[in-house]
Amino acid sequence: MLSFNAAKQLGDFALDVSFESDGRVTGLFGASGTGKTSIINMIAGLQTPDRGRIVLDNDVLDDTTARTHVPAHRRRIGCVFQDARLFPHLDVAQNLDYGRRMNGLPRDADDIRRVETLLDIAPLRARRTGQLSGGERQRIALGRALLARPRLLLLDEPLASLDEARKAEILPYLVRLRDETRVPMVYVSHDADEMRQLATQVVMLKGGRAVAVGGLALLPT
Amino acid sequence: MLDITPDEWTAIALSLRVALVATVVATPLGIALAWLLARRDFWGKGLIDALVHLPLVLPPVVTGYLLLLTFGRRGAIGAWLAENLGIVFAFKWTGAALACGVMSFPLLVRPIRLSIEAVDRRLEQAASTLGAAPWRVFWTITLPLAWPGVLAGMVLGFAKAIGEFGATITFVSNIPGETQTISAAIYSLIQTPDGDTAALRLVIVSVVIAMAALVMSEWLARRATLRLHGN
Repeated sequence: MLSFNAAKQLGDFALDVSFESDGRVTGLFGASGTGKTSIINMIAGLQTPDRGRIVLDNDVLDDTTARTHVPAHRRRIGCVFQDARLFPHLDVAQNLDYGRRMNGLPRDADDIRRVETLLDIAPLRARRTGQLSGGERQRIALGRALLARPRLLLLDEPLASLDEARKAEILPYLVRLRDETRVPMVYVSHDADEMRQLATQVVMLKGGRAVAVGGLALLPT
Repeated sequence: MLDITPDEWTAIALSLRVALVATVVATPLGIALAWLLARRDFWGKGLIDALVHLPLVLPPVVTGYLLLLTFGRRGAIGAWLAENLGIVFAFKWTGAALACGVMSFPLLVRPIRLSIEAVDRRLEQAASTLGAAPWRVFWTITLPLAWPGVLAGMVLGFAKAIGEFGATITFVSNIPGETQTISAAIYSLIQTPDGDTAALRLVIVSVVIAMAALVMSEWLARRATLRLHGN
């Protein structure tokens, strides 16, 4: 369960959002410039709210009145960004293994196999990141985040930079991810169709506020 | 013409040793400083930046004299080092290495700083969300991606150190076998009657070393671009 309640001034733009997730896939829906990415960055610990409180499963991650701020690397919150952000000096296998190494987790062949099967990425292991298509890059980024064993997965418009064909290629993997892993997710998108296929709950954002929180019926048709 | 005499070899070997030690010792310091200048904002950053670049614009003889004042036998730091650690710079090859290190420092730091600045911060953020503490982000992401720049900085610094003259001769004088580097040897030879051929030989050696360093640094820069694209 994620409870988010934070305000941050971003230039001329004032973000002040509060919502609680249902613990499955929370969709943050809104046009660009509504502060979606800042919300993701605050949950991940990459940005600090000016004031507010962010709590995940009873762990306080941020509390500005108590001056609490858990740094990103101690949050165990995975991120998949619009640009996959694979490490170019490492090959695919090393990218996938990075989170396990940094968290000091034991090597788990079953876990690797499970994630590789889920995302169909086993044949890509030996490649350099420059030899991957956009869709492949996003699947590796997903696998890399999952293999770090996150408590929560943040997906910030993971399909936005892909063309329609690639989107159609990745979307089924995201659905499988939702149905086959137990990792709760926060999914950011400005695409209502995408949201309908993935989210279990929707937070409608407008002008830096959460104007409605509820079911998929909130989405525009 | 190309028969290099033992004395000349001594000067060449000394130059290489002085430049190598100067570069190897200055590099970790240069990386730390380059990272600070590239990635952190702090009070006095402008001043530090100016201090790093100072040897580039100051007359070398001034830098050498300042080194003599601080690291000489009776200098504030020099006296302390000699007394407590037994490290003496004055009129020693180590002093030449210090002078070369200081003079080449701006050239060493600059490529490193640029290559650290060129590392995509979003990759560093991605690493931290995968559980990497800031120092591990530096070791596993920033430094490997900036590495070709580090090597380029080392090559440039080394080439500058090989050619250093003014600060070195001011600080540690021109003692054959101890502080007489290639440049100082050329200077002495030019002032000696019949020294022209010997001077010319050392000039050729200097040109070869400098050219090799520049070619190498260019090659490293090209590799850096490839690497940043994941090929």
